[in-house]
This record gives sequence, C-alpha cells and structure tokens, in this order.
Amino acid sequence: MGDITLKINNVEVSAPEGSTILEAARLAQIEIPTLCFLKDINEIGACRMCVVEVKGARSLVTACVYPITEGMEVFTNTPKVVASRKKTLELLLSNHEKKCLSCIRSENCELQKLCKDYGIEDENKYDGERPQYELDTSAAHMVRDNNKCILCRRCVAACEKTQGIGVIGANERGFKTYIGSVFDFDLADTSCVSCGQCIAVCPTGALYEKDFTDDVFAAIADPDKYVVVQTAPAVRAGIAEEFGNPIGTNGEGKMIAALRRLGFDKVFDTNFSADLTIMEEANELLDRVKNNGVLPMITSCSPGWVKYCEHYYPELIDHLSTCKSPQQMFGAITKSYFAEKMGIDKEKIVMVSVMPCTAKKFEIGRDDQDANGVPDVDIALTTRELARMIKKAGIRFNDLPDEEYDHPLGDHSGAGVIFGATGGVMEAALRTAVETLTGEELKELDFTDVRGTAGIKEASYPVAGMNVKVAVASGLSNAKILLDKIKNGEADYQFIEIMGCPGGCVNGGGQPQVPGYVRNTVDVRAKRASVLYDLDKNAPIRKSHEVPEIKKLYEEFLGKPGSEKAHHLLHTSYVKREVNRLD
Amino acid sequence: MKNSGGIPFKGTEEQKQQLLKVINDLRDTSGCLMPIMQAAQDIYGYLPYEVQKIISDELGVPVEKVYGVATFYAQFNLNPKGENTVSVCLGTACYVKGSGLVLEEIEKQLGIGDGECTSDGKFSLDTCRCVGACGLAPVMLVNEDVYGKVTPDQVKGILDKYK
Repeated sequence: MGDITLKINNVEVSAPEGSTILEAARLAQIEIPTLCFLKDINEIGACRMCVVEVKGARSLVTACVYPITEGMEVFTNTPKVVASRKKTLELLLSNHEKKCLSCIRSENCELQKLCKDYGIEDENKYDGERPQYELDTSAAHMVRDNNKCILCRRCVAACEKTQGIGVIGANERGFKTYIGSVFDFDLADTSCVSCGQCIAVCPTGALYEKDFTDDVFAAIADPDKYVVVQTAPAVRAGIAEEFGNPIGTNGEGKMIAALRRLGFDKVFDTNFSADLTIMEEANELLDRVKNNGVLPMITSCSPGWVKYCEHYYPELIDHLSTCKSPQQMFGAITKSYFAEKMGIDKEKIVMVSVMPCTAKKFEIGRDDQDANGVPDVDIALTTRELARMIKKAGIRFNDLPDEEYDHPLGDHSGAGVIFGATGGVMEAALRTAVETLTGEELKELDFTDVRGTAGIKEASYPVAGMNVKVAVASGLSNAKILLDKIKNGEADYQFIEIMGCPGGCVNGGGQPQVPGYVRNTVDVRAKRASVLYDLDKNAPIRKSHEVPEIKKLYEEFLGKPGSEKAHHLLHTSYVKREVNRLD
Repeated sequence: MKNSGGIPFKGTEEQKQQLLKVINDLRDTSGCLMPIMQAAQDIYGYLPYEVQKIISDELGVPVEKVYGVATFYAQFNLNPKGENTVSVCLGTACYVKGSGLVLEEIEKQLGIGDGECTSDGKFSLDTCRCVGACGLAPVMLVNEDVYGKVTPDQVKGILDKYK
C-alpha cells in the first residue's frame, strides 16, 4: 500500500493508505483525545471525544475510525472541535458519580485527565436524573461500580475479543443502558475467569480489584502475627511505573526495600517457587511421556487460564498439570518447611502475595489449596495495591536503595524470573527437562522460538532421540485455538504453556493501568518482558534444578520431585464448572 | 438473577427441534441473530434464559450478547404471556386522561411491572401506544376486551372478572 498525503492543522503529513485520521495525526506528533478507542478490539467511534473537522465534510467526524484520503485537510483543534469535546465531557459528567477525591483512579483516570485538559469548570452543568446502580461485589477478585461507568465498552471488548469469553455486555438501551451480565447474573455466578483484563482497560474507576491493603496493614500491626510476603516475577517489571518511571523499568531492589519498610517480617521471592514448579512440572511431564499419561500436558500456573479450562473445556482438565501455581506452592512451603525450620506456628503466619494478577485472589480460595490445614496463601494483592500501600505509608520509592530478598526462600534462577512473560515457563521447563533427559549440560540456554509476544508460538526440539513438540499461547482467545485442536485430535504436542493474559503475567489484570493512548502506541508487553529477560541473561544461575536453596529444600524436606510429600504439598485438583450457574 | 418472573421454563422437545431447524437454516447468513431471535419468540412466546442459551450455544456467541440484543429491542419479551394479557394504552390521549394512574393501580393489584407476568401465570402486563379508541380515553384491554374511560378505582373490579 502506498502513502497518502494530507494536511493536518495545515502541516503536510504522509501516512500509509488505510490509516485513520487518529493514526495519521500521531505521525504529525498530534494526539487526538479518545476514551472508547482500543486498537483492533474496540473501534466503534462511540464516545465522540476524537471528533475533528474535515474540510468539506458536513459535520465533525470521529478520527479513530475515519479513513484518510489524498489531499484531505483536517483540523484537530478548532473552536468548534473544542466546544464539541467539552460538551461531550459535560454530558458524560452529568451521569457520572463524581467522587473523585478518593476514587481509586484519581490522578490516573482518563476522564479526569480530559476534564482537566479541557477546563471543565462546572462539573454539574447538566445536573439531571442519574440512575443509581448497586455495586457488584459478588466476585472474589473485583468490584463493578456502574455509577462511574461511561459506557465506552472497552471492558466488553477485552472480555469478548481479547479473551473470547464475553460474560459482560451492554444491556437495555438509551438512558437505561448499563454494563452487566445475562439476566443480571452476579459476576460470581457467570463463567468470568477473574483475569481482570476488563479492569486493565477501564478508563475510569468503574472496575477495580477488591482491595485488601487494610487487612495487610492490620496483620503487620498485630504483634502475634508473622507476616511473610512473596512477590511474583512480573511485579518487579511493573511496579516502578506507579511511581512515574517509564514502562520497562526494573523495580526489584526498591520494591524489596519498600516491603521491608512496610514492616513485613520476611520478604521472599515467588521466583523461588517458580523454580520449584519447574522441578515438579518437568518431572510430571517426563513421567507422563514415559508412562503414557495424558498428553499434551498443559501448564497450570495461570489461575485465569485454569478457571477458563474448567468452564469452557471441562473435558480437557486431565491435560492440566496437577502442579499448584508458584503462588500456592510458596504458601504451602512457607507454612511447612519454613515454619518448622524457624520454629514458628503455622497458624501465626500470614502469607501475603503480591501478584500482577486478579485471578490470584480467586485462586487462594479454591478447594485443595490448603495443604497444611490452613490456607496456603492468606491475602493476594495486586501490583497496584502494593503501590497504594507504599504511597500511603509515605515511602519515597524512587529514593530507596536497592535491596535483596531474604533467605531461605529467596534464591532463584533466571528460569524462575522469566515465568512472568509468555513462553517463560516453557523455556524454564525445557532447560530442566532437556538436561534431565539427556544427562548432558545444555550449550544454548535461550529457547528463542518460544519468546516474543505473538499470541501462539510453536516449536519442536530433538531431545534424546525424541522430537519434543511444544506450543505456547497467551490470551484466552489464542488458547481457544490450541484447545480446539486438542479436542479435535489435530494436535501432536507434548507440552503446552497457556497464560490467561495476552503477553503473560507482565500484562496481567493486576498490573499498573496504562491509558488507552499509550496502550495503542506502545508495546507494553514487550517492554515489561525485556526487564525479565535482562534479569535472566545476567543471572548467575539460569536453570531451576541448579538453585542451591531448591536443592536443599529437596534434600532436607521433600525428598525428590514427585515424592509423596511433594504431591501432598505442591499438587492440586480441578473441578468441572458450568458456563453460567443457574440457581 | 432476574429469571423469567419465577415461572419455570416449560419448553417442549418439539419446540426445541423447531428452533434448531430455524438456526440451521439461517446460521450462515450474516446478521442472522435477530431473525433467529424473532423466530424463537414466535415458537416459545418469549425468550427465557434457556432459549437464549440454545441460540448462544448453536451460534457460538456469548449468551450475554443475545441478552444484550433482547433487552435493546422492545419487540423481545423476557417473560411469558399470562393466561390473560392486560394492556394499558399510554398514547397521548389516554396518557393526558390519566392512563398512567390506571397503570400504576394495575401494577399494584397484580404485583408486577410492565412486561412481566404474575408467578401463577394468570396475568401478564404490557403497555401499548394507541388502540384507535381515543374517544374512550383512558383505555385498557384484557385479552380482546376493551375498557374505556377507566378510573383507578375500577381496576380491581375489571381484573376480578378474569381470576
């Protein structure tokens, strides 16, 4: 396709044929405001924020969907355009619960930013009837507050298109329109998988995770509690953004320092139990291959993916690895091995996890996740909640020194840290499985075919006379493609990694929210993943089975991978679920 | 959950086969959801969850999407029709003559709102726009029977005739 030349605000611009005015304007360093637009998944021209004047056009046009033509003359900032955008904002506010002072999205709200940019002085200009909606607090992981919803439908697009689920949509019409589920099912009774991708794209405070920060503050203040925190691999790749740092900043050292200053008794790394997962999962895979077990085996680290499988492909749950997720393994080991070693009563331990994920809040309450008679994990926070705690405690994150994790559950390999990116679990497992199978040291540790942010990746590797065929999918609409292949008997993979969120945990539903205009122009997933791959590249140990604390854990406590004790503590079971639960 | 007025779904196998045939005939045409939903309503009289679920499963679209369409258009009913269908005209003439108050009284008497059906299946309630009898405003109908110049205090007597 050739380029088209047009003028935007009297400046000549060339842009590829098929571009929209919004895209062409970006090439001219002009950002046209949007609220509903999300590239590829929500191009509906509904919110009218992006209106511009086109010479010769009868009325204002929506830049996000209007294609450019040769010789077109566009004006993005005329008084007419600005007046229209202002009116749109005033009308949105007329139906918006303006509790902005303490709103969870204050300072990070796309509606608030535009109101400020456009100088909306009278936020009650059209003060009329406003529907009152009850909050949906039914789900373990999130709250929907339709009183702050602007009906942009980004959440609907994320649920239906990105994840292929579609449990939420716009119901009724006109003034009565609201986002909800079929027949007003509570979210908890639908087949929502808790991935939180709807929260990640919400421009306002209408969708947010259930906040448990007060429970953590209370546990820390309780002298009878011993509060242990673990942080997932992807959190370090996101948290610094909450403190004004660019996307792709490694916040590991300062995060550890902040956690100590918050008062946690031990600051541990989920990377440790990611390595532990690899030990168990590689063992399970080799066992299935040798003993004609169910293949392909599919990873079970992502609780959003696991719940999706249970709802939508219940006939495939035997393909799921029985390994608990790293979060849960960590809790089970903390309340057994660590508690015994330190002489602490497991009942006194409060296990807090910090996760890039909202589904982890659901996972901690699942059945068969309490190996020691107490919940493996007590409180699961998102990256955003941890940032909120740090801000509330007045800790100046950016000025903190870089600190290191505590021991004995703080060691890890480079294989553990890349769990946070799509393909990372696969690569980590391959490093261990290949060496175990061949008994020889791998010359090349980088399995680059399974890296990158493509939705589906496939590769095959010759190992000890076998051709090991693997696949990796992230984002549930991509997973569906692989699952249908398995269902129809068209797949000959031995091992599959599936992550619920596109790009893996770095882009999880609990990570810092990125405004639409950044999301549409920056590859957030790749930038955050690069933090993890850099950490792996520079790690002194890059294979899970070589981590000293992991070896010690097996020597002193578990025996060997797949042992009875390991099974009891580190493995779990799954249930078949309905698509919507009818009472 | 708003189930269909608490009335259990009584679809038959024959109705299901009819619906599946319609879906199979139309599934490859673009924009087939609306005509399929219209046919489903002809077959069942309304679109309860169970019927929307069949459409959703067969077409591979989320059931929420079917529900979104069903609640967007006034032509679709989520509740069954009662043995007796009560209708109140809210057209201009009837409305200025007080049909809004008549509707309120019927809602009070039956304990249901517009578009709903009583849990015993006896009465369903709808509103309409002009039945061509403006001279009799305000007008209400029960089945084919037209009642003109209705006042709220007459409502109970009218409904009692059909109990």
